[in-house]
Amino acid sequence: MSPLQLCLVLSSLLFCVGLAGALARSNTILVLLGIELMLNAANLNFIAFWRYGPQPAAGLGVIFVLFAIAVAAAEAAVGLALVIAIHRHRKTVRLQDSTALKG
Amino acid sequence: MNLETLPLQVRDWIVGRFPDALQWLVHHLLSITAILTVFGLFFAFTTIAERKLLARLQNRLGPNRSGLPWFRSLKLWGLTQPFADAIKAITKEDVVPAAADKVLHFLAPVVIVAFSLLGFAVLPFGRHLIPVELDAAILYFFAAGTATELAIFMAGWGSRNKYSLLAAMRALAQLISYELPLILSVVPVVMIVGTLSTQEMVLAQGGWTWGVLPHWHVFTPWGFAGFLIFLVAALAESNRSPFDLPEAESEIIAGHLTEYSGFKYALFFMAEYFGLTALSGLGVTLFLGGWQAPCAFLEFIPSWLWFMGKLASMIVFFIWIRGTLLRLRIDQLTRLSWKFLVPLALLNLGNAAFWALTPGWTGPLALARWAVSAAIIIVPFFLLGRRLSAGYAPRTYRYAA
Amino acid sequence: MTLALLLIGFLLLAAAGAAMLSRNLIHSALLLTGAWAGIAGFYLWAGAEFVAFAQVLVYVGAVSMIVLFAVLLTRQGATTAPVEFDSFRRAAAGIITAGGVMGVLFGAILGTPMDVTSAPPPASITVRQIGAQLMGPHAAALLIVGVLLTVALLGAIVIAAVDKPDDPAP
Repeated sequence: MSPLQLCLVLSSLLFCVGLAGALARSNTILVLLGIELMLNAANLNFIAFWRYGPQPAAGLGVIFVLFAIAVAAAEAAVGLALVIAIHRHRKTVRLQDSTALKG
Repeated sequence: MNLETLPLQVRDWIVGRFPDALQWLVHHLLSITAILTVFGLFFAFTTIAERKLLARLQNRLGPNRSGLPWFRSLKLWGLTQPFADAIKAITKEDVVPAAADKVLHFLAPVVIVAFSLLGFAVLPFGRHLIPVELDAAILYFFAAGTATELAIFMAGWGSRNKYSLLAAMRALAQLISYELPLILSVVPVVMIVGTLSTQEMVLAQGGWTWGVLPHWHVFTPWGFAGFLIFLVAALAESNRSPFDLPEAESEIIAGHLTEYSGFKYALFFMAEYFGLTALSGLGVTLFLGGWQAPCAFLEFIPSWLWFMGKLASMIVFFIWIRGTLLRLRIDQLTRLSWKFLVPLALLNLGNAAFWALTPGWTGPLALARWAVSAAIIIVPFFLLGRRLSAGYAPRTYRYAA
Repeated sequence: MTLALLLIGFLLLAAAGAAMLSRNLIHSALLLTGAWAGIAGFYLWAGAEFVAFAQVLVYVGAVSMIVLFAVLLTRQGATTAPVEFDSFRRAAAGIITAGGVMGVLFGAILGTPMDVTSAPPPASITVRQIGAQLMGPHAAALLIVGVLLTVALLGAIVIAAVDKPDDPAP
């Protein structure tokens, strides 16, 4: 197995850990954390392909990861604010309990 | 024998004793040992200096009794006090609450000390003395500092004490509020110098006008404003008075450290001083010319002595502030950050941009450059300061004359 | 080099897996912070220093704090109250799905002939290069990210802010 494949296997394992967590748990915060893990796994791929790609000097993978980190931070902030707002209205953080769109 | 490169010669001599395969390891271990020893001792003597200086500021004598174990007649002005304190801290009982989260309660002091030491790795202590030369040193420094917040949370929540948890939340609110002005006050320097490497920042401040006026960043309008914002934010980031609300020892018990005792408490104390020293070192590097001598004819003194001297004077300045100013309330503290320091730091960023765009203004235009740059920062300072104190000043004292 | 990667990967996966399995939300969040730090370790291993420090600054410093505050603000009863798995069916479905996705991904990775040189030079990129890239060809994206972050900040405050008691009921 080449080092690139090793990196890809690592990132896909991480992705699946995040996916399993996001699907199996019902606490909204844990689901959000699982999604964050999946995003991070995608970032690992960018870095791996940048490292072993044909043009590491161009640094496209690095730039992409920087943007992805910024967007993921924004997503986490808004997502957790939503969790807090839902908790205030429904007194619950379980996903199944907030199924109606009407506030 | 050259004093300037003496530490390097000693290091190379020791590294040379080892086989080739191990040399890189010994090289790095020596750097780590040097940092631990120098700053461990620096911490010890900072505590005694703080106690003696505060005592003098309050018209007391301070600790002056501890001498040497077998030479009772030698008092040494109480200079061995920190070692006596260390022995006391180690031999005290380590109390862990029965309900505490044992792992987190144990991990918090370890994490905070380990990460507070990381920042020293990128500080240039001398012309040739820098433990690790990183391309993104400033970013590394702030990244290493983030673990402090986690450790405080771990300490507060792991203690299972509601006062600890509440105090940890207050401490976190303070740290998060002041991280913003701290980083924003550093950005202008990065902008002007055009690098994130600490060594290059010091090199950029080299040279003198007429051999006596150093080209340090603190002697420019944006640099002076940035330095002041940095000082205030650094005071708050390292929980120093007048921002020492998280563990205001004379009012609340000890904040998030309530359930800590013995050596663990000493570790938190140590981490606080390491953090303060590292931040002061960064301030010296960014604004006070790092290891550069203030005048051309003083250059014969080794650069690392200049650095340590500046560092020590920063620490003494912080002690002086502690002895002078009163503690703020939590609402005053956060308001100062969000309504005063952050806007001012953002304006200072624009100020630095103006400075970077007008290097060609020489002769009489240089005066205009200084005037505009100073006005950009002084006018908002007074306007914001007025708004900040509106309704609060002048104070009326009901029960005091 | 490979040994270091394996070590980082093992710690990373152990922390992430433990975070997803833990019944204590605070432990989950702290373990996940460890996993994020491990990802920064992977970036360091790959030679992307700047990204590694940015990852630590954003995830370990900022996102972890938001998560911890969110956990404390949405608790019911003690923060130590265990958060149980919802049902066996849900857990099994999640794990089976993740296993299926993992099988597909592994098949794709191991079945694809990777066209890489066996020993690439240690890639590295200086901060100056990254800055030139961000301000040059990616300036528009940088501006948009700035706007996005500002909007997200304001949005998060508006969503999470407590309505004043004297507000008329919606």
